[in-house]
Amino acid sequence: MSDKLLSLDKLSIGCVAPPGGSVANKTGAWRSMRPVYKHENCIGCRACELVCPEGCVFGNAKEKHFDFDPDYCKGCGMCAAECPVDDIEMVMEEK
Amino acid sequence: MAEKQEILEGAMAVAHAVARCRPEVIAAYPITPQTHISEELSQIVADGELDAEFVKVESEFGAASVILGASATGVRTYTATSSQGLLLMSEVLWNIAGMRLPVVLACANRSISAPLSIWCDHQDAEAIRDCGIIQFYAEDNQEACDQHLIAYKVAEDRRVLLPVMVNLDGFLLTHVFEPTILPDQQLADRYLPPYEAVLKLDPANPATFGAFTEPDKCMEGRWMVHDACMRSLPVIEEASAEFEKVFGRPSGGLLEEYKSRDAETILIAKGSLCGTIKDVVDEMREEGTKVGLLRIKTYRPWPTEAVLKAVSGAKQIAVIERGASFGAGGVMTPEVKETLYDAGMQTPVSGFCVQLGGREVPPDGIREIVDRVASGEKQTAYEYFRLKTEILPELVPGA
Amino acid sequence: MLKEIRIHGRGGQGSVTAAEVLAKAAFKEGTISQAFPAFGSERMGAPVRAFCRLSDKAIRTRAVIEEPDYLIVQDPTLFGQVDIFGGLKDGGVAIVNTEKPDEINVPQGAVLKPVAGTRIAMDVIGRPIPNMVMVGAFAGLTGLVSLEALQEAVKERFGGKVGDLNAEAVEKAYRAAEESK
Repeated sequence: MSDKLLSLDKLSIGCVAPPGGSVANKTGAWRSMRPVYKHENCIGCRACELVCPEGCVFGNAKEKHFDFDPDYCKGCGMCAAECPVDDIEMVMEEK
Repeated sequence: MAEKQEILEGAMAVAHAVARCRPEVIAAYPITPQTHISEELSQIVADGELDAEFVKVESEFGAASVILGASATGVRTYTATSSQGLLLMSEVLWNIAGMRLPVVLACANRSISAPLSIWCDHQDAEAIRDCGIIQFYAEDNQEACDQHLIAYKVAEDRRVLLPVMVNLDGFLLTHVFEPTILPDQQLADRYLPPYEAVLKLDPANPATFGAFTEPDKCMEGRWMVHDACMRSLPVIEEASAEFEKVFGRPSGGLLEEYKSRDAETILIAKGSLCGTIKDVVDEMREEGTKVGLLRIKTYRPWPTEAVLKAVSGAKQIAVIERGASFGAGGVMTPEVKETLYDAGMQTPVSGFCVQLGGREVPPDGIREIVDRVASGEKQTAYEYFRLKTEILPELVPGA
Repeated sequence: MLKEIRIHGRGGQGSVTAAEVLAKAAFKEGTISQAFPAFGSERMGAPVRAFCRLSDKAIRTRAVIEEPDYLIVQDPTLFGQVDIFGGLKDGGVAIVNTEKPDEINVPQGAVLKPVAGTRIAMDVIGRPIPNMVMVGAFAGLTGLVSLEALQEAVKERFGGKVGDLNAEAVEKAYRAAEESK
């Protein structure tokens, strides 16, 4: 795709948008609650990673270690709700 | 040049004309009276005569969606439908127009339920009038075939990049055998070089088609569809002129003026009904009535300038429709009135719905309309012509 | 010269094909032609109609033929159920597949031409599909289409052995009709 045809500031024919729009939009600022990954009881089930609607949980199942990307986490709390071993806690965001 | 007339069924002729445009992806779902078009195309692909993907889908929504996706990857595409099928496609068709994808489709015009009817009127195509699809209407099967080639030419022109729908009256064209020339493959290839997309879906360079726009940009995004429609007017004329140059027969264009130049009464209509109207015009001309026909071949975009020029000498105009806008009036009638009003003209315009759901329109009906408007009868509302009030029930039950 | 033909039959008897073949054959000899079915949802056995126009000028109308010059009736059992003769022009000819012409109530001004259509079809083709036989009889009686053009159109339409057998049936009906004139 030619960069000249597409930009984020101007419309294009067919309203075709270049990639990167979602990456530029740092939704982490929307958060009022923040997950805290405690790293105490993790069994590496990957539930937190799989349920995250933003795809911003990452980690390693073998090492039983997961965390979230604060740039994009909206604080929805699904990871905490689904964690079978209560290893994620939602706390008030202090800005 | 290997072109000669053959007696062909309309739908078959259209299928073979489409094949000669070399679409690479075809998706369609059967619906009467369109089915013969997609059936024959499926056969042509299965026989190896056309190198295309024929995608069998579960519905017209699926057909339109497949065509949208395929067109976005930069290939020439085709689908055909009718009636409820077109309506089931409609959500996708608005997207196709907004994404500026040069899809070509045919609509074998058929009434919309309820009551259930399989016969012809124009309410299906008119229901998606405003979505940004260019609409051609054929009078006969030759024109239906030729308009498909012109449709691709116009759709893929970079000044346009819009879908084009060729309307052919269900049964009245699709199921009639008549002399038709199938476009010669070499001439078709000369007229229609392979399609090259400006922007296309490509996994190596991802992009979003028809992306989200906030209120500060959306109107401009939609306006561009209107702008492209308007830009297509001269392109349609150019593409039609080039068609005549390549194939040696005139076809396409915005409209046809039939004995209307000096006419006092001008009838305006579209589609196959114009054949019957022309016969009536000839008869009445011989009797000394100055009547003519303006046949709309390109209904969207509405060819304002050309219509105005064609009707400027008329004393009265009758718009003869196979459609209606329930709760208001006609569909094409108000457009004719707007055209005249904007030009400061006061020519009386009467509108007649002569048929919904396939009832025969006998020549004497057309004659009656001409006589009535020529006698100066003033119409106060769009008329459902020869409505059989005797078969209507009590319209307010229990009143 | 505009000649209008209305074909009556039952779903499955090939009435639309008869109209199509007639149009194709006439067109081979320079006659402008048009053929179409009575549009609807046909089923096997239901009464159906098909239409054919032959002209020396372009045919613009697509109206159903209400006042035919000729009728082709593929099935005599239709007479009780359908208004076969309705609108037939004065002096118009009804070509009817029947061996009991006396049982048909022919209105004044109409001419009945009986053809043993099913018998000829059974003898030659081996199946009770009389459509091509009736078309052959029409050609023989009217001279509007030549035997050669009709046989060519039949062979093109069906191809192979079916085409050859139907072309043979067409000839048999054509000759018989010519003699009966």
